[in-house]
Amino acid sequence: MTSKDSVIVDQPFVAQDQLGSHRPLWRITLTKFWQNRLAVIGLVLLSIIIISALLAPWIAPHDPNWQNLRMRLQPPSAEFWLGTDHLGRDIFSRLLFAGRVSLFVGFSAMLGAITIGTTLGAIAGYYGGRVDAFIMRTVDVVISFPSIFLLITLVAIFQPSIDKLILSFALLSWTGTARLVRGEFLTLKQREYVLAARTLGMSNMSIIFRQILPNAMGPIIVAATLAVGGFILAESALSFLGLGVQPPTASWGNMLTNAQSLNVFRNAWWYPTFPGLMIFITVLSFNFVGDGLRDALDPKVLER
Amino acid sequence: MLEPKQYRPLLSVNNLRTSFFRKGVELPVVDDVSFEVSSGETLAIVGESGSGKSVTSLSVMRLIPSPGGRIMGGEVLFDGMDLTMLPEKRMYDVRGNEIAMIFQDPMSSLNPVLTIGEQIAESLRLHKGLSKGKAMHKAIEILRTVGFARAAEIVNEYPHQLSGGMRQRVMIAMAMSCNPKLLIADEPTTALDVTVQAQILDLMQNLKKEFNSAIILITHDLGVVAELADKVIVMYAGKVVEQASVRELFNNPQHPYTRGLMQSVPKLDQDEDRLFSIGGNVPTPDNFPKGCRFCTRCPQVMPKCHQQQPELIKVGDNHLSRCFLHEAADV
Repeated sequence: MTSKDSVIVDQPFVAQDQLGSHRPLWRITLTKFWQNRLAVIGLVLLSIIIISALLAPWIAPHDPNWQNLRMRLQPPSAEFWLGTDHLGRDIFSRLLFAGRVSLFVGFSAMLGAITIGTTLGAIAGYYGGRVDAFIMRTVDVVISFPSIFLLITLVAIFQPSIDKLILSFALLSWTGTARLVRGEFLTLKQREYVLAARTLGMSNMSIIFRQILPNAMGPIIVAATLAVGGFILAESALSFLGLGVQPPTASWGNMLTNAQSLNVFRNAWWYPTFPGLMIFITVLSFNFVGDGLRDALDPKVLER
Repeated sequence: MLEPKQYRPLLSVNNLRTSFFRKGVELPVVDDVSFEVSSGETLAIVGESGSGKSVTSLSVMRLIPSPGGRIMGGEVLFDGMDLTMLPEKRMYDVRGNEIAMIFQDPMSSLNPVLTIGEQIAESLRLHKGLSKGKAMHKAIEILRTVGFARAAEIVNEYPHQLSGGMRQRVMIAMAMSCNPKLLIADEPTTALDVTVQAQILDLMQNLKKEFNSAIILITHDLGVVAELADKVIVMYAGKVVEQASVRELFNNPQHPYTRGLMQSVPKLDQDEDRLFSIGGNVPTPDNFPKGCRFCTRCPQVMPKCHQQQPELIKVGDNHLSRCFLHEAADV
């Protein structure tokens, strides 16, 4: 066909071609994100936390589960950077390993919840009618579960474990994403490019997942980011109550469990402080990054 | 219809009736429409907004918005198959591969988050089974044929980086990527600058010659019709009111509505104080008059027009018009 170029068009539209020199969308998004100071701080903190959690076996100065009862509740020192707990374990090492567990739970539960929510929300919004009604009533039912009590009951019946924790988080919290994605699809499916895709013979599934979904990714990414923080918080809460991650495996939440006694509070401030601080910083960072992404991906928020 | 060995049109739509349902009431948006197009021929469908042009073309594609709209009767014979009877699975092969469509607004008919190349390649992969790399290669070639000098760069760009005229050329490239036998162009130039309009029309004309495709051109712009079409049907309120070759229609318009349309085009060579316009609006389907659908706005309306619906009457060679005036003239 190359030889026929000149047959179809008498002269190429060279002058007009030069118009195409705007910046691509992702670059605009990146620039806007970069200008948001809190979001960048959040991203830097998160990167440090995630990388050190990943590298825990190599950077931890002590075995996180090694008990030394003679070294109980030692204050921070050159040997134990952040002190020791009531069993003489190094808090810094435990924090690193606990980070792996907490972040793993947060990310896995987020992936599960976002996948379920996105798929069901997309199908509900795209097809509408009875399919929509059925899925959205299911959402209503799931939302009306008192989730914290349900989690406690589930854990009471089955042995608490990390994978069950992730599964129950995912199964109970996909509803928000489903509503969000459904709403996006309700408007996006009216766009002319969807009709154009249909006239090209695309199937419903490829229209949903390859044409419309990429357009809905912005809000989904924001929701996903905020969800990780939420799941880490939920995991901490359950573990604190002894219903989540079980000792001796460390998680930021269950490290706090043993730090409750008055004795610890009065004499070993470092024991509750550092796990609490980790939860606080991590969740806050996820929220900063999420908000930053929301602003960056929203075309209505102009560049400054 | 039984004559042996007659030439067979590529598409022949017979007595098509498409309705929308509102609260169980049937609203016939397209009513008893028939037309034919052959390869290498351009048929223009002309009419105001709300006359059923777009619904007619979507009926051919079988893409009527599904809860609410339905093809109630008639047949759409394309290449020997009745598209209204075809299973949905087979329609997927027809759409994009044998019949393709371009739309009015190139700003909104390209997906903003996919690159130009991805969008053109999609259809090639779907219908021609090309690999990703080959489809992309082919996309560059096609972009070159629609006049992009920087085709190899354009494939990696996003729609918002292109101008309106460029986007419409991308749409045409997408539509022509699988060499469809029929191209439906729904107001392809309405949203474009006049200078760009001419380029797009030239491009369509050249592509038609090159691939011998048939084109259905939906427009309300009579200038575009004169430029591009071979045959014209004029639609009003869901019905065909006049049908003729372009030359015949422009030289000898018969239906009062067609005449009204022609008068409302501004002419540079005549000194008019006021531009002619047809008073009122196209009635909505739930307000169609009992008699002739144009009777509410017709300057030559007769008492009979309010009572009965006129039939399409032959008024010349390949020239049909739906009006009682012709009866009166004959008698």
